[in-house]
Parts: sequence; structure tokens; C-alpha cells
Amino acid sequence: MSEAKKTPFYEKHLVLQGKMVDYSGWQLPVQYSKGLVEEVHVTRKKAAIFDVSHMGEFSVEGKDTEAFLQKMVTNDISKAANGAVVYSLVCYPDGGVVDDILIYKVNSESFFLVVNAANTDKDFDWFKENLTGEVKLKNLSPDYAQVALQGPKSEAILQQLTSEFLSGMKYYHFTKDVAVAGVNCLVSRTGYTGEDGFEIFCLNDDALKLWDAVWDAGRKKDLHPAGLGARDVLRLEAAMPLYGHELSKKITPLNAGLERFVALEKTVPFNGQEALKQQKQNGLEHRLYGLEMIERGVPREGYPVQAGGREIGWISSGSYSPTLDKFIAMALLQPQAAGSVNEVAVLIRNRPYRAKFTKLPFYRREKL
Amino acid sequence: MTYKVIDGLRYTKKHEWVRQEGGVAVVGLCDYAQDKLGEIVFVELPAVGAAVEAGKSVAVVESVKAVADLYSPLSGTVTEINEVLFDQPEIINRDPYGEGWVYKVGIADEAELDHLMDKAAYEEFIIKEEEE
Repeated sequence: MSEAKKTPFYEKHLVLQGKMVDYSGWQLPVQYSKGLVEEVHVTRKKAAIFDVSHMGEFSVEGKDTEAFLQKMVTNDISKAANGAVVYSLVCYPDGGVVDDILIYKVNSESFFLVVNAANTDKDFDWFKENLTGEVKLKNLSPDYAQVALQGPKSEAILQQLTSEFLSGMKYYHFTKDVAVAGVNCLVSRTGYTGEDGFEIFCLNDDALKLWDAVWDAGRKKDLHPAGLGARDVLRLEAAMPLYGHELSKKITPLNAGLERFVALEKTVPFNGQEALKQQKQNGLEHRLYGLEMIERGVPREGYPVQAGGREIGWISSGSYSPTLDKFIAMALLQPQAAGSVNEVAVLIRNRPYRAKFTKLPFYRREKL
Repeated sequence: MTYKVIDGLRYTKKHEWVRQEGGVAVVGLCDYAQDKLGEIVFVELPAVGAAVEAGKSVAVVESVKAVADLYSPLSGTVTEINEVLFDQPEIINRDPYGEGWVYKVGIADEAELDHLMDKAAYEEFIIKEEEE
């Protein structure tokens, strides 16, 4: 195993007293000095800056790019406008998930993909193996840093640094070649927290200049740094899936309740299409549910879930939710068994703790 | 990073502290451990009257990210638990050596206390652990 990599912001994390951990081969802060709970609150109420440079980035370019991507991803990108960001799954032929990704459409011959850190190499190989037509695929990950600025004050902070009219940038849209504090960036109105916010990509060499500028601009607006721990809790509250938990080689998009991102009737055949159609027809063995603990206890990944004393599935992600002050979990459960009860039991250290069903997402921001 | 360590207490290698009050030992989690865990959101405590054995897990403390067992420093019987922690487990973070105490054990064998570290030994121990 090679040494975990450092992002351009490594020294910043140390100065901010980040507790560094190895995550997907990267040294990143799990939290800073104020702690995870405060970082969650500040993201919901004000704004937080996250180093997400571990994420992978690919460029896909050439005449046949759109046709190639249509074959590779579950969502239908043919209707996407230039400048739109599309969330999609990438599946194996058996419907299992390679990764969940963001697809940035520059135009029909030029796309930018953002993939999970842990899957970057696997994804790149998978895309390369399946390459058809006139398409040039490039792994930009080693050269790019990424900062996520998340929270209701994000726009006000970022607007101080650019002449780009940010109010005009809609959710799940992006602009290339935006000068942010003089740094050439790709800016998208996206995020993994359930809040308004931006994800900003730039070259590693410019990364510190970008960080410092955002940091200074955010100072008057109570900007905090937030780590991986807060990021995971925020995405759970917003019921956003995490690869390896709600999605995997064995867990399909339909299992994870992501059918709206699967164009089952897409006219261009895509990897996994037949298998997923079949799965839908046959009925799902497991489906994703939201749970809220009735009895106090922390539901954690892998804990069994029971109904009437019988095991009906497992917790895929669970945590204390600082925003709701409740213990919440997403669970993959047998739909028939889950549908016939009002309550389930989560086995925590072999003891059953009562939990009830709750609608996903657990948290939804108020839109202005 | 410096961690609070209090004179007059005894300490275990698993970062529990023990305060002798007559025939009873008050047990809690050290500052070092609460800091490593982060914000504590849940505790599972032994029943009053339960027999505990030195070195065995008797309680569980959970932060948002982690689960930690508390091992009994002594053998004996649980005489009292800090029930306030059920609703406010974060007290352990705020005041690990005071209001954040976890449970009390009737001391069966006072010699067991001698196996535990004093302040100086424990301070040295956490410095070594930090280096690893």
C-alpha cells in the first residue's frame, strides 16, 4: 500500500487543527477543532468550506462522446442543456453499480465527469474498456483540486470573488473558465450536503490562492471549515447515497430508490438496462427506507434490522443527526416485510432497539 | 495538544480514570479519550447491582463517528450509575472528570488500585500513545 496522498490544502488542515485520517488513499480532515456537530450546524445555517480534492475528474471529448456516455450511464443525457450537471449511475451489465457520478455537459462533444475518490481508477479502467467511437478520455484527477462551499451564505461569499453573476446560476448547473479571485475555475451549483452551495474546481497550482480568497471572503460571514465527518452526516440527513453503503456492485440503483436517475426506456441501450428492467419486473429483494430511532441508540452501517423477530435487512448508513437531534438511518429492507409493519428493531450489539419508518430525505432545506 | 490529567486519580491504559471515595470507586472517561472520540451522543451503562470484572467491558460510549467500550478498572459490584448521561451524554466531553463520571463500583480488592497508573505515569503513557 502506498502512502496516502496529500491534497494541496494539507497544510491548511493542520493549521486549522484538522484531525487527519486516511480516506480512500488521501489524508483528509475528519473534523476540525470545533467538532463535527458544530460543523454540521454551520453548514446548515451559514457556510462551510470542504476540501474535496480527493474526488476524481475525467474529461471526455470527441465527436462520439454523447453516444458513448449514453451507453455507459443510466440517466438520459440527451436532453441535458449545455451547462447542465446530470447525476447518474454507472452500472455493470448485471445492474450492479460501478459508481455514481456527476456529468457536466459543456456541449455534446465535451463532458467533464466527477467520480468518487475510491472509485477513480476503477471507473477510468471501466470507461476505457468500453470506449467506442471517436472519444478521448482523460483522467484529470492528479491535476485538479476541488473545494466545496456549502450553506445558505455560499453565494454571498463567492460573489465577492467573481464578476460571474452567481444568482443566475441555477441548481445543478455550471460555468467553465470563471475567474474566482483571479484563478481560472469551473464552478457548479452542486453539493453533497442538501444545502445551496458551490463546488469549485481548479488546477492544483492555483488551489491555495483559491482557498485563501474564499477563506478571507468568508470571514465576515462566519465561514467554518468542515471535514469528512460532517460531510457524511450532512449527506445522510439529505438522504444522498454513498457508494459502498447505499450503492455497490451488489446493490442496484433500484434497490437504492434511485429509479428517477435510471432511464429504463432509454432508446440507446446502456450497461445494465436489461438487468434493471428485469429486476423491476421481478420485484426488488431489498429497497431503501428511512428509519428514525424510537429508543435512543446509534444505528450504524451493517447492523441487522428485524421485523417481528425476523431479520429483514440491514442499516446502510446511520448516525446521530445534529440538525434533527434524532438518531437516523437508511436501511435496505425486504419491501414486503417492511410494508406490513409500523415499527422495526435495529440490533445494536445484539439487543433490539425500536425504530420507526420516516420519509426520505430526513432533512430538506427551505427554498427561497 | 495537551490533555487534562488530574492528580490523585488512578488511570488505566484504556483511558478510564478511577477516584477512590472510601469503599467505592468512581469511574469515568479521561479527557484524552473524550477528545479522541469527539462529541459523545450515546452511552450504554451497566445495571446497578451488576457484577463487573477488571478488564472486561462494562459500558459503551458512542460519538457521532465511533463506538468505544469502557473496561472496568476493578472487580466489584456497580453501586450507582450516572443516569444524567442517558439524556446528556455530551457532559462527558464538557466535564470528563467531574459531572461526566460514568459509574461507581464497590471496591472488593483495594490492591487492584495499585495496578493502575498515577498522574505522572499516565501522562507519560499518553505522550507515547500520541507519538504512535
